[in-house]
Amino acid sequence: MSVKTLTIDGKMVTGMAGETIFNAAWEAGIRIPRLCHVGGVSDVGACRLCLVEIEGQKKLLAACLTPVEEGMVVHTNTERLRAHRRLILELLFAERNHVCSVCVMNGQCELQDLAAEAGLDHVRLRYQFPKLGVDTSHERFGLDHNRCVLCTRCIRVCDEVEGAHTWDVSGRGARSVIIADMGEPWGQSESCTSCGKCVQVCPTGALFSKGRGVGEMRKDRRFLKYIVTAREKHQWIR
Amino acid sequence: MDSLTKKPRLATVWLGGCSGCHMSFLDLDERLFELHRRAEICASPFTDYKDFPEVDITLVEGAVTTAEQLEEIRHVRRRTKILVSFGDCAVTGNVTAMRNFFSVDDVLDRAYRETATQIVGIPSGNPAVPRLLDRVRPVHEVVKVDYFLQGCAPSAEEIYRLLMDLLDGRTPALAGRKFGS
Repeated sequence: MSVKTLTIDGKMVTGMAGETIFNAAWEAGIRIPRLCHVGGVSDVGACRLCLVEIEGQKKLLAACLTPVEEGMVVHTNTERLRAHRRLILELLFAERNHVCSVCVMNGQCELQDLAAEAGLDHVRLRYQFPKLGVDTSHERFGLDHNRCVLCTRCIRVCDEVEGAHTWDVSGRGARSVIIADMGEPWGQSESCTSCGKCVQVCPTGALFSKGRGVGEMRKDRRFLKYIVTAREKHQWIR
Repeated sequence: MDSLTKKPRLATVWLGGCSGCHMSFLDLDERLFELHRRAEICASPFTDYKDFPEVDITLVEGAVTTAEQLEEIRHVRRRTKILVSFGDCAVTGNVTAMRNFFSVDDVLDRAYRETATQIVGIPSGNPAVPRLLDRVRPVHEVVKVDYFLQGCAPSAEEIYRLLMDLLDGRTPALAGRKFGS
């Protein structure tokens, strides 16, 4: 497989042909912000936080979907990108009901961390306050649509790793919601194996284990690396 | 600047919040003496004043939830040089704004009819009971805010640092703060 050499934020970086800018950057210690990407499942470019500038390209491109190319010059943290990222985060906060202080993931949440990293100290947009439900029909887990950012990590891990494809998106635009099977309450889903992988990869408090109070939810993604390593390298190692 | 004491004038205001941010302010403990040495504390929820005074710095706790608070915060803004949204309710609406999922009528019904046991009925026509706004709003939606101190509630350390930065004439270092923290 051929190796490509490119420049990311002034640093010479190499990547394999077909590898994404996102992966090449992270391997080189350049942390591009992300919300929908999770290692071990496919990328969809849903959150747009990993947008980067590529010299000679007018459009901003999602680093998680753009393969490295020889001689590419990439910028990941320009003022323009920081402004876009801040606005994306503000849109996410304004679109649903992220009340961090009373959320099970308070202090552990990826959205909360990204906002802090971006220096987001208030949301300039008007909060929408959509009326959304909480599905607690599952015996062990809950789905709080108020906290969902529609990153679709749950859908992809359920489909690609567990092989159940319980989750999907219903509706369009801001009215999109995550549904189980054909829109049944989660507890009545026939395809769900109750494995909990979706809960562990969810970046916010949208998917949680029942019985957790404010700030008590912890998520553990080590299982994903274990499964992916086992599949790809046939090594069953932790 | 206070004409008598020659110290910057400081005030705190309590809108729609649980008073937790003010409790955190009181957690300054012995640092309150240092604060008193540096600033003239001239209005607070514990101060008896007829009219909000002219001040250099005001910390605003809470979201704007009644017509009275809307009028009050506009008045405070006119009389304040540096206005700080103090805590998550002021900054985001937070828990106070969770009533925005419902209509005001439904909220009042729940509080004064459905769950009332002693005096059942919505207080109306009494001017002492402020009218609820249709929507609870963060402070910056209704007046210009100069700085935002996130947190539910912000810690005494953060409050002290912010006040000392402002009193020393520095831009407060607020980066990396989290909503809800």
